[in-house]
Amino acid sequence: MKLLLILPILIPLATAAVCLLFWRHRKVQRLLGTLGSAAHLAAALVLLWAVRQEGIFATQLGNWPAPFGITLVADLFSAIMTVLAALMGFAVGVYALGSIDSNRESFGYYSFFHFLLMGVSGVFLTGDLFNLYVWFEVMLMASFVLLALGGEKPQLEGAIKYVTLNLISSALFLTALGILYGMVGTLNMADLSRQMSNGMHPGVVSTLAMLFLVAFGIKSALFPLFSWLPASYHTPPVSVSAIFAGLLTKVGVYTLIRVFSLLFHQDVGYTHTLILVIAGLTMVTGVLGAMAQNEFRRILSFHIISQVGYMIMGLGLFTPLALAGSIFYIMHHIIVKTNLFLVSGVARRLQGSYQLDKLGGLSQSAPGLTIIFIISAFSLAGMPPLSGFWAKLILVKASLDITGYLIAATALAVGLLTLFSMAKIWAAAFWGVPPEEATPVGEAIRFQLTPSKKMALYLPMIMLGLLTVTIGLMSEPFFELATQAAEQLLNPAAYIRAVLEGIK
Amino acid sequence: MEVLAAIVVGGLFGAGIYLLLSRSPARLIIGLVLLSNAINLLIFVAAGLVRGKPPLIPTGALSAIETTADPLPQALILTAIVISFGVLAFALVLFSRTFKSTAATSLDEMKTTDT
Repeated sequence: MKLLLILPILIPLATAAVCLLFWRHRKVQRLLGTLGSAAHLAAALVLLWAVRQEGIFATQLGNWPAPFGITLVADLFSAIMTVLAALMGFAVGVYALGSIDSNRESFGYYSFFHFLLMGVSGVFLTGDLFNLYVWFEVMLMASFVLLALGGEKPQLEGAIKYVTLNLISSALFLTALGILYGMVGTLNMADLSRQMSNGMHPGVVSTLAMLFLVAFGIKSALFPLFSWLPASYHTPPVSVSAIFAGLLTKVGVYTLIRVFSLLFHQDVGYTHTLILVIAGLTMVTGVLGAMAQNEFRRILSFHIISQVGYMIMGLGLFTPLALAGSIFYIMHHIIVKTNLFLVSGVARRLQGSYQLDKLGGLSQSAPGLTIIFIISAFSLAGMPPLSGFWAKLILVKASLDITGYLIAATALAVGLLTLFSMAKIWAAAFWGVPPEEATPVGEAIRFQLTPSKKMALYLPMIMLGLLTVTIGLMSEPFFELATQAAEQLLNPAAYIRAVLEGIK
Repeated sequence: MEVLAAIVVGGLFGAGIYLLLSRSPARLIIGLVLLSNAINLLIFVAAGLVRGKPPLIPTGALSAIETTADPLPQALILTAIVISFGVLAFALVLFSRTFKSTAATSLDEMKTTDT
C-alpha cells in the first residue's frame, strides 16, 4: 500500500537520476526514458485500480503521525490525475524519440522530462499543503529548464515571461500558506479541512481563498492572469510544449478543485460564484484569442485557456454532477490537447512551418495524420459522439439543473467558436493545395523521417486518438469513475478519516 | 515586536512589487528577491513571535513546560529559502542569457512571442 503511493513519484525520480548518470550516452537515455515512463504508467494504473477497489488511502512518510509529518494520500481524483500524467508522460516520451533533436537530448532532455513528471505526480499525491508547494517548485524548475533548453531567442523570451509570472504565483501561494499556518496552526490538508469547518473568522477565510485563487489562477491560466501561456507555449519544440499543454495548467486546475472542495467550501455563495464568473470569462477570452491567431500552436495555446474555463466551470457550479463533469472534462482534455500538439509537430515536420498559410493539402499527403487530427479537433469542439461532446453535455446539463442559463449558453457558444477555429486549421492546413515553398526546409530536411522515427511519432498519436474515440463511444465507465471521484470530493469526511486515522 | 515586523513585511512587499513593475530586467530580479524575503519574514511573523524560549524539553520532563517558539515556521522558511535561492539563480542566468542574445535593454523590447 505504502509503496503504491510512493512509486509514481519514485519511478520518475529514479529514471531522471539514472539518465543523468548516462549523460553522454544518448541511446541509453532513450531506452531508460521509455522504460521509465512505461513503468510510471503501470504504477499509476495499479494505484488507480487499488483506490477504486479499496477507497481512499494515505500513508505517513517516515512514520510521523498525521498532522505532523508529510502525508501522501490518493483519492480517486488524485489517482485519475496521476494516471493521466503518466499516460501523457509515456505518449510524449515515445514521441520525443522521433522528434527531439540531438542537441537537446545531450543536454538532459530526458532527465528534466522525468523530473517534471515527478513534480506533477507529487502535486497530485501529496496531502500536505507545504509539500504541495515544494512539488510545485520541483515541477516549475524542471519546466523552466525544458522551456529554455536549446536557447533559441523566442524560447528565451517566452521563458522570461513564464518564469517571472510563475515565480509571482509561487510567491502568492507561499504568502497564503504562511498566513494559513499562522491562523490554523497546521498544513496537513485533512487537518486543515477539519479545523477550518469548525469556526474561523469568515473574513480571514475569504481573504485566504482569494490569495489561493490568484496563485493557482496564474498557474492554471484563468481569465485575467493567462498572458504567460500564449507567450511561451509555442516557443519550445513540440515534445516539450505537448507535455506542458497536456499537464501544467491542469495541475493548477487540480489544486484549485482540491483546495476549493476541501478547504474553502464554507462560503460557496461568494467564492464559487466568483469562480463561475471567472470560468465564463476565461472561456470567452480564450476562444476569442484563438480566433485571432494564424499559427497552429498559438491557436491551440489559446484553446487551452478557453478549455480551462470549462473545467473551472464545474467547480464553480459545485454540484456532484458538475464536479463529475469537470473531472470528465479534464480526462478528455488532457488526451485531446496533447494529441493536437503532437499533430502540429508532425505537420511542421512535413511542411516546415507552424504558420497556417504555409501549410496546406495535408489530407492528401498525410491521410493518417488527418484522421488523427479530425478525431482530436472535433472532440475538442464537442462534436458527438466524441469525448468532448459528453464532457460538454455533462457540464451544460449540470448548469441547467441549477438554472445557470447564462453559463450554459456561454459554454455552448464557446463550443461553437472552438469548432470555428478547428475548422480554420482544417481548411488551411489539411485541405487546399500545398503552398509552393512547402518542401521541408531547414530542420525538417536534417531530420528526414526514417521508418523507426515515423513509428515513434505516430504510435503515441494513434494511441491517444483511439483513447479519445473509446472515451466517446464507451463513456459510461469513464463517467462512472468521474462521478465517484466527484462524490469523494464533495464529502471530505472520508478523506479526513483516511489521513487522520486513529488520531483524535 | 509583531507590529514592527509586520511593517517591515509590508514595506518589503511594497518595494518588491514596485520593482517588479519596472521595465528594467535587473530591477525585476531584485523585486523577486525582495518579494521572496518578504514572504519568508511573513511566515515567521504570522506564526507568532516568541522571544528567548527555544523549543527544548528540559532533562527529565516529557514535554515542554511553558510555551516555546514554534520551530515549524523556521523549517518552512529554510525550505523556502533554499527553493527561492535555486529558482532565482536560474532566473538570473536566464535573464542575462536572454538579454545578451537579444541585445535588448528593456522588457518592453521583448514582444516578439506575445500575441
